[in-house]
Amino acid sequence: MAESQPKEKRRKIGEGPGRLIVSLYAVFTVAAGSRSLYQLIAQFHQAPLAYVLSAVAAVVYAFITVALVRGGESARRLAMVCCAVELAGVLAVGTLTIADTSAFPDQTVWSYYGMGYLFIPLVLPVTGMLWLRKAAPQRVSTAGQPQA
Amino acid sequence: MIGALTVAVTAAALLLAAWCGYATARDQSTKDWHFIGMAAVSVLALAQLVVGIVELTGGHKPDKGTVVFVAYLAGAALAIPAAGFMSLLERTRWGSATVTAGGVILAVLQVRLFDIWGGGHG
Repeated sequence: MAESQPKEKRRKIGEGPGRLIVSLYAVFTVAAGSRSLYQLIAQFHQAPLAYVLSAVAAVVYAFITVALVRGGESARRLAMVCCAVELAGVLAVGTLTIADTSAFPDQTVWSYYGMGYLFIPLVLPVTGMLWLRKAAPQRVSTAGQPQA
Repeated sequence: MIGALTVAVTAAALLLAAWCGYATARDQSTKDWHFIGMAAVSVLALAQLVVGIVELTGGHKPDKGTVVFVAYLAGAALAIPAAGFMSLLERTRWGSATVTAGGVILAVLQVRLFDIWGGGHG
């Protein structure tokens, strides 16, 4: 990657690999959002906690998507915080679903560490934070910085 | 009918994902041929949407509910066009990677659709 772009300019957080990350977050905003909307309307009484959590997850995903698309330093920080919240959420809910199944009679995106979604909810915040950290102004790669 | 289409869309989506994954590995952006491939997969997904709605009007009740079924059908039809749009904006290997992700997501949606429709009978 570095070889093909020797004079790599400072990239925006929503471009390059960021574009893939934005796309995945957009997908998860739609997936978690439509799922929770449907569940909240159609079957709220079955598992209110699980469905509200799905809605919260959708909001977090939406924030990250918008922040990545808009770009800029404050958006980067916001996205970083949201990724941390997301990681905390998926770890907490994942552990809860294993420890206390009765609290979650129905699945959420974060149940069992996102197993029903190919563990992407677990991998995505880590990838997102690594990407955002790389895009930080002080650490922006000009030429010659070794790339992982 | 819809069962055969589901298998066809899944296979086509995985092929597209592999093809664009190959482009990603070779550090290439999506080319005209990739977009023709995306169009072909999208046509299959649209056909599935139409056939699905026709079968619904014919009286079939999906196991997990009609609303969920139609939502998944619509999502499946939109997956590849959305990924293609992103790869038009991103003319690097990462545009190809986005289409790969779109293909994998479409394949996963097909598995869920099969489940929502009610497995074998259809």
